[in-house]
Amino acid sequence: MTHTAEQARTAEPTHPLDQARARTAEQIGRTELGPRPLPPLTKQRTGRAPAHTDQVLDNGLRVIAVRRPGVPMVELRMRIPFAGTQRTHSARSEVLATTLLAGTVRRTRAAVDEDLARVGGELSATVDPERLLLSGSALTSGFDVLLDVLADALTAATHRTGEVNREKARLAERIAMARSQPRTIARLALQRRRWGDHPITRELPEESEIAEVTPAAVRSLHRRAMVPRGSLLVLVGDLSPARAVAAITEKLAGWQSERQATELLPVPELHGNSLLLVHRPDAVQSQLRLSSQGLPRTDPSFPALQLANLAFGGYFSARLPENIREDKGYTYGANSWIEFNPHGATIIVDTDTATEVTAAALLEIRYELGRLGLVPPTEEELDSARRYAIGALSIGMSSQSGLASTLFSVASYGMDLDWLRGHPARLAKVTRGDIAEVAARFFAPSTFTGVVVGDAGVLSAQLAALGGVDLP
Amino acid sequence: MPRIPAPVLDLHRQTLDNGLRVVLAPDPSAPVVAVAVHYDVGFRSEPVGRTGFAHLFEHLMFQGSESLEKLAHFRHVQGSGGVFNGSTHQDYTDYFEVLPAAALERALFLEADRMRAPTINEENLRNQVDVVKEEIRLNVLNRPYGGFPWILLPPVLYDTFANSHNGYGDFTDLEQATVEDCAAFFDAYYAPGNAVLTVCGDFDLDTGTDLVAKHFGDVPKRAVPKRPSFHEPEPDRERRSDHADPLAPLPALAVGYRLPDPDSDLAGYTRAVLLSSVLSDGDASRLPSRLVHRDAIVTDVGAGCGFFSAFDARDPDTMTVTAVYPTAVETDRVLAAIDDEIATVARDGVSGDELSRTVARWSAAMFRDHDRLVTRTRAIGVCELLHGRGELAAELPALLAGMTSDDVAAAAEALKPDARAVLTITPGAGSKGPAQ
Repeated sequence: MTHTAEQARTAEPTHPLDQARARTAEQIGRTELGPRPLPPLTKQRTGRAPAHTDQVLDNGLRVIAVRRPGVPMVELRMRIPFAGTQRTHSARSEVLATTLLAGTVRRTRAAVDEDLARVGGELSATVDPERLLLSGSALTSGFDVLLDVLADALTAATHRTGEVNREKARLAERIAMARSQPRTIARLALQRRRWGDHPITRELPEESEIAEVTPAAVRSLHRRAMVPRGSLLVLVGDLSPARAVAAITEKLAGWQSERQATELLPVPELHGNSLLLVHRPDAVQSQLRLSSQGLPRTDPSFPALQLANLAFGGYFSARLPENIREDKGYTYGANSWIEFNPHGATIIVDTDTATEVTAAALLEIRYELGRLGLVPPTEEELDSARRYAIGALSIGMSSQSGLASTLFSVASYGMDLDWLRGHPARLAKVTRGDIAEVAARFFAPSTFTGVVVGDAGVLSAQLAALGGVDLP
Repeated sequence: MPRIPAPVLDLHRQTLDNGLRVVLAPDPSAPVVAVAVHYDVGFRSEPVGRTGFAHLFEHLMFQGSESLEKLAHFRHVQGSGGVFNGSTHQDYTDYFEVLPAAALERALFLEADRMRAPTINEENLRNQVDVVKEEIRLNVLNRPYGGFPWILLPPVLYDTFANSHNGYGDFTDLEQATVEDCAAFFDAYYAPGNAVLTVCGDFDLDTGTDLVAKHFGDVPKRAVPKRPSFHEPEPDRERRSDHADPLAPLPALAVGYRLPDPDSDLAGYTRAVLLSSVLSDGDASRLPSRLVHRDAIVTDVGAGCGFFSAFDARDPDTMTVTAVYPTAVETDRVLAAIDDEIATVARDGVSGDELSRTVARWSAAMFRDHDRLVTRTRAIGVCELLHGRGELAAELPALLAGMTSDDVAAAAEALKPDARAVLTITPGAGSKGPAQ
């Protein structure tokens, strides 16, 4: 990142900065009138309820179709529960996902892309330990083509030997790329720290596991696991919900199975534990990742937990970022969020800091965790978090793609559009007492486990002095 | 092929007495508003010895102003239910927020207050130098392929300090920044006449006009700096440079070509945008179908105009082709395949179906992007500021639809191997990379 002297040519002699030294910073920061009052908020209009349908088709597929005109597009999201317990499952499902749109009985790899492109369409498939996700969009006029390609991939993907072998090689390369990223290293370490060898931790297969995958195993997995019963399809856009469901019913008529799609095994509850220091030689920055048990959206205390998390580190105006970024300058970003799985939820606290201030940042994180329970959020903090939660939800739902993704994420765990639209009212009911109760219960430092990834040569002494960290 | 409707932007312009250009675009389809301010200064305007200063200054603009204590800006935006950010590019710096419509006046107040009288002091400067250094560690120093290609390629393709230097900045330069530098930078570049204010979303045009006048009307008029040209001659030969990346597991390369000036040669620039899509948009496009799937010599390949996006900078701008590939594959083999595909397009052009597919994808992408109010608002602001017409933000699909096979061939012909830069990444973690 250094530049040679040769490149550092002189700027033009008439640079604007040379002539501009008329005022000092103090003079710039003051006007004759002085500080002005903050304008009040006006009355907020709420959006109308969109026309929609939410039903389970005969083949067991749950379909939610929402009309949101605006631009002539349709957004598509599909979740197929795709968990497995076998050691080989992760690698097989990754290869399956990368070859799902690489050719069908009727279409070559190129034809899949060309047919989608003609209607301004995109479709992609990804997989994780919990589900296979198909995500796409197309011009409204090409909705039938998008559905046709989807149905074709679900029912007639060929996973040809040549494509499987080519994608195996690419996957190995991509996995090497991913494993070199500090955030991936930290994520995999956190998963192991939280859940040991549980299938939920298998987010990235080993290269050796990819090498063992055969085309036959991929095709077999497709037949067994790629099933409608228990799956979810969300469509949002310039569509008629009834006509969209009719089109899906027709296009996906051939997608049938008596099997139920496979949900993840129950996930054990998290308990407090020391952090694990993971050595990354010569790292100039460390990843801090802490986690504790949370609550699913179905829990009556969930709205209070959501707001407590916001007040802690869920947005910029929260205690943790205001402390370790805006006061101390230890980090570019400090966040906390609630991560859901089919059986519950966890809280994750996440920041990256320079090696030399890593232990100091951990000290501040623990301090803020403890303080959230002992000195709970004020009425002002509660109101701010509440308005942000409601506003951000409304902003997120104001575009087709945002509404599709928001609705999809809650519907994946059994909620629906009415739950989303009713959520502001639930947030409005949360009291200071509610938020204090969940803050003390879910943010106590003793309930957290986690990892620190960084240069152990520098970090070990600092972290040993602080305590509560297992050194390598 | 289905008929593709054309997106239309209904923009209402005015210029305040202090020179601030205002673009209003009411849209009642959702109860939210977006406000963006684009200042006509980016990292190409930084003085020697102050690399990264434009971006550092962007951080300081969030640190308070006459009516707002430190942290107040964030709290007022988020506490009103909104989200915010800012960004620094070659030729502009923008600040933006999206909020429930009820907070429109508050957002205008917040932007006007820092345009009028930002708080610049030593404590906030030192704090934000630390924060920016963490940002650079996060995005560049502590990760593989950090700054690839937007920091690493310009010093290979360009000669002048303005065009070639690192826009994130060197730590020594950042540490030497002073409060006096900040004051001079603000006075020189943050005049209202050097900015565009864009407001989109759920508001009434008359109300929006009145609120803008109320809050921005008394920001004092100041001199607007004369904008220098950053033009420099094209390279007269191919330039190559290698960057050793100890964290990278696989080799990579970035090829940089100079683009036509988007303002004096809109058609030439647009042809290059179309070419970049023909080359790399989708599995069936030229480079992936050849290099990824047929020859199986790269992991991924891509092409695009502009380091951040098309029409995101004035002249000179850059078209890039990037590829990541296994250690066992020779760099020149990858380059030769790229050159061969470009030469084929230059010689034979493209099919009508290829053209209409590309246009359909661009049209859909534009509808989709602009359906997000924040994206639409920022795109209008950039096009108004840099190219003088906010409407350009929505015109690309129509411009592309007017192009022919000969246009794409001409764009390919213009990518001269003897006037380009080739940056290679030599991986330090390469011995562990998978073999072919």
